[in-house]
Amino acid sequence: MGYQQHFRVWRGDAEGGELVDFDAEVNEGEVVLDVIHRLQATQAPDLAVRWNCKAGKCGSCSAEVNGRARLLCMTRMSTLDPNETVVVTPMKTFPVIRDLVCDVSYNYVKAREVPAFVPPKGVQPGDYRMQQVDVERSQEFRKCIECFLCQDVCHVIRDHDENKESFSGPRFLMRVAELDMHPLDAAAEQGIDRKQDVQDDHGLGMCNITKCCTEVCPEHIKITDNALIPMKERVADRRYDPFFPITKLFRRQR
Amino acid sequence: MTTTSPAPRTGVDGRGRVAIGPRTLRTDRWWLSPLLTFLGLSAFVIYGLVRTAMQQHYWVAEYHYLTPFYSPCMTMSCIPESAHFGRPFPEFPPLIPYAIIGLPFLLLFRLTCYYYRKAYYRSFWLSPPACAVTEPHRTYSGETRFPLVTQNVHRYFFYVAVIITAINTWDAILAFGGEDGFGIGLGNLILVINVILLWAYTLSCHSCRHAVGGRLKHFSKHPVRYRLWTWVTKMNTRHMEFAWVTLGTLVLTDAYIALLSAGVISDTRIFN
Amino acid sequence: MTEIERHSYDVVVIGAGGAGLRAAIEARELGKRTAIISKSLFGKAHTVMAEGGIAASMGNVNSRDNWQVHFRDTMRGGKFLNNWRMAELHAEEAPQRVWELETYGALFDRTEEGKISQRNFGGHEYPRLAHVGDRTGLELIRTLQQKIVSLQQEDFAQHGDYEANLKVFAECTVTEILEDGDRVAGAFGYWRETGRFVLFEAPTVVLATGGIGKSFKVTSNSWEYTGDGHALALRAGASLINMEFVQFHPTGMVWPISVKGILVTESVRGDGGVLRNSEGKRFMFDYVPEVFKAHYADSEDEADRWYEDPDNNRRPPELLPRDEVARAINSEVKAGRGSPHGGVFLDVSSRMPAEVIIKRLPSMHHQFKELADVDITAEPMEVGPTCHYMMGGVQVDPDTAAASVPGLFAAGEVAGGMHGSNRLGGNSLSDLLVFGRRAGAGAASYVDSLGRRPAVDESDVTAAGAMAVNSFGDGAGGATDNPYTVQQELQQTMNDLVGIIRKADEMELALKKLDELRRRADRVVVEGHRQFNPGWHLALDLRSMLVVCECVTKAALERTESRGGHTRDDFPAMDPNWRHTLLVCTAGSDGVDVAAEGQPPMRGDLVELFERSELEKYYTDVELPEESP
Repeated sequence: MGYQQHFRVWRGDAEGGELVDFDAEVNEGEVVLDVIHRLQATQAPDLAVRWNCKAGKCGSCSAEVNGRARLLCMTRMSTLDPNETVVVTPMKTFPVIRDLVCDVSYNYVKAREVPAFVPPKGVQPGDYRMQQVDVERSQEFRKCIECFLCQDVCHVIRDHDENKESFSGPRFLMRVAELDMHPLDAAAEQGIDRKQDVQDDHGLGMCNITKCCTEVCPEHIKITDNALIPMKERVADRRYDPFFPITKLFRRQR
Repeated sequence: MTTTSPAPRTGVDGRGRVAIGPRTLRTDRWWLSPLLTFLGLSAFVIYGLVRTAMQQHYWVAEYHYLTPFYSPCMTMSCIPESAHFGRPFPEFPPLIPYAIIGLPFLLLFRLTCYYYRKAYYRSFWLSPPACAVTEPHRTYSGETRFPLVTQNVHRYFFYVAVIITAINTWDAILAFGGEDGFGIGLGNLILVINVILLWAYTLSCHSCRHAVGGRLKHFSKHPVRYRLWTWVTKMNTRHMEFAWVTLGTLVLTDAYIALLSAGVISDTRIFN
Repeated sequence: MTEIERHSYDVVVIGAGGAGLRAAIEARELGKRTAIISKSLFGKAHTVMAEGGIAASMGNVNSRDNWQVHFRDTMRGGKFLNNWRMAELHAEEAPQRVWELETYGALFDRTEEGKISQRNFGGHEYPRLAHVGDRTGLELIRTLQQKIVSLQQEDFAQHGDYEANLKVFAECTVTEILEDGDRVAGAFGYWRETGRFVLFEAPTVVLATGGIGKSFKVTSNSWEYTGDGHALALRAGASLINMEFVQFHPTGMVWPISVKGILVTESVRGDGGVLRNSEGKRFMFDYVPEVFKAHYADSEDEADRWYEDPDNNRRPPELLPRDEVARAINSEVKAGRGSPHGGVFLDVSSRMPAEVIIKRLPSMHHQFKELADVDITAEPMEVGPTCHYMMGGVQVDPDTAAASVPGLFAAGEVAGGMHGSNRLGGNSLSDLLVFGRRAGAGAASYVDSLGRRPAVDESDVTAAGAMAVNSFGDGAGGATDNPYTVQQELQQTMNDLVGIIRKADEMELALKKLDELRRRADRVVVEGHRQFNPGWHLALDLRSMLVVCECVTKAALERTESRGGHTRDDFPAMDPNWRHTLLVCTAGSDGVDVAAEGQPPMRGDLVELFERSELEKYYTDVELPEESP
């Protein structure tokens, strides 16, 4: 049943580190995280890895396996060739803390910069009425488990650390989309313009829709097609469509 | 500043990041897809340039087949029968495409298309060549500045593309009436299939999806637009496929008509 | 000792799951400076694993539902051992708490009228669970997380500092609650990232640390569930109740080995999935206990009709409370009628079209596809019981969630009483919200009532620090263990000896083994340094796990009956004399002490909600109300 496989796991911290060789036993049905745990229990007790649910629901164990961003708990060993060396490294886009653990605080900073849901005035709890077809678009985005793999593979920040200042990454552009499509969000009444924010404060214009975020999403959210492009179109309504303000005069507001 | 600090590490080697030598650790054939895209798009562009510059072999007089590469033909240079919308423009010098009135818009429609943007940003500009493969550029500003900021006007090219696709449809309908009246040949089937796929590509556009319903906040209050949006959304998931298939059918249609027109082959007739 | 990082707060909430976040929101809204301490990153709490929904009698799908019916179901589910006041508050307040989430931005699935949709679940008389597909826990945690962020944005607008009044300390573990006399004075912990110590000076601590599942080998719980809060409370002088009641969820994955225990949501059964043994028989019809016979179908035809017409048919026995289903599966497997990997079959593929399955159970479809290569739209799942929930916990005052130690509060899974001997599915998320809020409010009003703020004693800080780094020894005490080995043996012991079916001799053996493990745990030696060192973290968590396991085992040995999540092979029947008796764990001189304590009788108006004939099944003759003429 079990077999031996060669692994190279990055070990080190912010000061530096290297890929360390391990040979580990692999059993039927196991995922990469199982092997990492076996290394902890038998060969490297202080090997740092972040994980929680081990069921693909919490999005903690994000890392890179053979250069591809993955959840360690959802990467089955059977998808890898038993004869190949498996290289496990931390996410590249974020500063490393130790071994496979990264400092993902960038994401929490960006999350805080998206103005929260604004409840509609005068609607009491219990009186919220929304139709299923109206909540479905935002519900898709709320499937996000915040594994930050989309942020990791987005070349805007992966290849250009300096863009972190002006770009919030697919996860939070999608968060703005989620709120903009929320049927009861009353941000506009408070003077919050989510379409303007997404372009000016979160850097939607930096996105060149090369879709790595969509490809990597473990929840299979169509980030690019359903969140980013629709937001680009909504921004275009405002900003790049000279006729839209005129046609708007003839539109009913709803 | 009195002390010399080390140059700030930016780009892919941002501060505190894990430093691993190669630009990617991927072991799969990640370069294959951008390479194929590069070859495919290049081949189409070269074919298109050559064909439109030829100024001949675009009209099959016997069956009234007009290639989409020359439609609408509106210059005095055009064969009169092929000019379905008259010939208001004077004769064109060599190399200038006869369909100059429409082709640039079609080109811009595809150039600003959300799918093609992904395709050529990856394969031509290598930004990025593939996911988790470092791009070769030192700086990046995305679509925030001129010229790329103009990608945002995609919707206008969509509107024009609708008109031109309608013209192509008209061409395809007229092609059922040749010199001997109504008839159907292989050329007709090719023209019709091409035009159907062109509609599929055009209407599955992201801007179209936005225009028909995407911009609404409450679908439930606009049931008709919601139906349309649902339909466009279904098509939209295959936008990439349509983008490639239509490149193929355009070339096929044009090549078939060119070969007929040049007398290299003859049309397979099904009826009359 | 070098200077350590210090923070001062009004309220310190330990745990960032549903209960912790709701408590923090309440405390902050009541004007208290609040800290949230989380062992993992913000938003990763075990609450995300909850799938089915939040039980609240909003009556959106069946208007006959109301809080009294919900209360009744909860008491029945817990076999009348529940703290009735908690069950009452819970049933009354759950709808408000759910509606409130919508004002925070939550998006539940909707009914035709645009109200929150509600689904059926085991033990609930009417469709009652507000849900979002089968990822309700994620919606709950994200909504609360985003509410926290919105409060921080308010603070930013006002003070220019997001963290002026509400701060999340992520990846930080508390190892000790510090006291001034008998009152809470603060909490001591360490940053996982750096290993550096941190001290919180605060007059109140709200425990919201969740459960203890990681002490069992087959569990649906994540690594965080090491019973930290239970252990902290014990050491601070509080008492734990109902620790013998551990819920084994009937349906966990059984294969592949690496995912054994991962939850298969009860919604699979609520939406029509059926359990079959290797002979293809729907065996649950053979396991309907006497007390439930009136409410459950006795033929497949009736059971199948119920999904369409619940008013005129009785519900399928697959939807019995979890303890019953778990025991039934256990019996089938023991009788040799199990599936190839030691479970039974749970089938939806023959019951619903593929698209409906994918729409209603998206994460289950995804989970089986990705982890087991099983397409649940085409073939049955293999499932078996998995340790899921700890009914027992800190003994609290129902109205304020206050523990017996002044300044200490507990809410959510770490608190005991609410669910009695067995929790109904869906009651957990509502419990988090109802009592999370009450704990936040309780802590805030305790702060308001304080005269002099308690002060932390420096010698306690030093002692806590020394305790925490104990395991970085040189192994001088002789043979040493690695913490992973001790944990594995502990999990095996609890699984084998104090698991779903219990016997006196096995539990006595378990106590001996626990004693040995405790001595070995004291001597574990950790390699490396303090920066993000999982071996060290585990060594510290082991301390909590061991003390909690001792409570579980001692209480289980003491309770000589079978009830809810506690099944004794040697005492298979439910005994009315045990119904009103709670087993209370406290820290003793050597390990933990367990003592029996009576439970106050249910208030008259609540008793009247039940038929006398039903109460007769649970109550002793003396306890039964006067027969009405």
